[in-house]
Amino acid sequence: MKQIIQTLLVTALLALLVPGEAAAQCKGFAKSICKKELGAYLHDGNYHAAVLVEGEEAELYKTFYSDLEYRLAICSADGMPPVEFTIYDATGKVLYTNKDEGLAKTWDFKLESSQQLKVVVRVTTFGIRDQLPVSGCVAIMFGFKAK
Amino acid sequence: MIIMKSKLKILPLILGVTALAFCLAATSCKSKTRGESNRDKEEAVSPDEQTMEQIKSAEKVFNALPTPLEVAQLIKEAGARFDATLLNPVENKSNYTTSKSMALNLGTYVCDLSFASMYDETSLLVNYMGAAEDMATGLGIIDAIDESTIERLEQNINNRDVIMEIVSETFLNSQSYLEDDEQHAIAATIIAGGFIEGLYISTSMVDMKNYKGNKLVATITDQKMSVDDMIRLLETYTDNTAIRELLGPMHELKSLFDKIERTSEPSNAQYNEKTGMTEITGAARSEMKQDTFLAIREKVAEIRNTYVN
Repeated sequence: MKQIIQTLLVTALLALLVPGEAAAQCKGFAKSICKKELGAYLHDGNYHAAVLVEGEEAELYKTFYSDLEYRLAICSADGMPPVEFTIYDATGKVLYTNKDEGLAKTWDFKLESSQQLKVVVRVTTFGIRDQLPVSGCVAIMFGFKAK
Repeated sequence: MIIMKSKLKILPLILGVTALAFCLAATSCKSKTRGESNRDKEEAVSPDEQTMEQIKSAEKVFNALPTPLEVAQLIKEAGARFDATLLNPVENKSNYTTSKSMALNLGTYVCDLSFASMYDETSLLVNYMGAAEDMATGLGIIDAIDESTIERLEQNINNRDVIMEIVSETFLNSQSYLEDDEQHAIAATIIAGGFIEGLYISTSMVDMKNYKGNKLVATITDQKMSVDDMIRLLETYTDNTAIRELLGPMHELKSLFDKIERTSEPSNAQYNEKTGMTEITGAARSEMKQDTFLAIREKVAEIRNTYVN
């Protein structure tokens, strides 16, 4: 019960903060920290970032094209538990999960034919009882090789 | 572009009410009998569980549309030649006075800018960045594009990598500003403007004498999936008049793309040690008949003409 109340209060607090300062910090985090993970890949310009609580999930749908080589980068702010991500095709088949790669932050891929993929991101938990759940910014960024 | 599922939209309200309920329960319990207190506990279990379930199911959903830079790269990969006459002339910018026309044409100008940068058309860059700046300023988007962006562009006019980086930042800054400012419908309208411009340029570049086996046609065919994504994104903001007006013609465009038949084999992922990349196999076969292509080309131009001219 105590944990539920804590979770609710923290999430309620986040709901109040997110439109303001936290969201602005998220933008800065995505641009200055996460974008670096794309390395030599050109960022496509899309912005996908949100404040997530440990244990929370987010989904992203995107069509990827056969002629491009992509890098996916998923980053979480300092102090957050690591982030898991799994890639599914349209039939729900798992194509990749970073759980098999030591929770790697990036994934490089290309496709034989264009298709829509689903990216499911989950913030893992520290699993510490009687402590407020940690929250912070999680950014999902895509880059492609410009030729 | 983030879309909160309907449950998440009311989550702050649920949480606020629940938190208030907890506060009230905490202060009022003292005066209650044990029986009443136990009854309260029993009654409280259900909303807690319900709220926790709502938190669990209130996941965030992002829809990522192809950005102008990505579309420009795809068209270049298809071997199409640059044609400056297809771009929206910067002189038109003074015609755009409503937030709808400014948002659509911000997407349009960023897309034109992406094409110009991808094809090293440096003489066009500063003017198109200026036009994009005017649209962004008109929409009240602060710091996305300013004089320093244009100065940086001028200083690096022959450095393609830096130029593309600036174009990417321009789009990112506009989107993130609007998302933070809860102006999701405007952000979606900008994306729609960029998407239509990409389709307009690509469909206009197809040489009908070489239609069969044309790589650019294959690229346009692949946009079938993105048209569905675009509609899904716009349908999230039907309370916005500009989006409602855009949805009608977008649905007509979707019905034309729906005529494209697409079959695909099951996909498989394999890591290639040489390239360091995961290769996702699974061929897809799509066919777009010439009359469908011509109808799409006409519809795209028709949609674009409603806000460009």
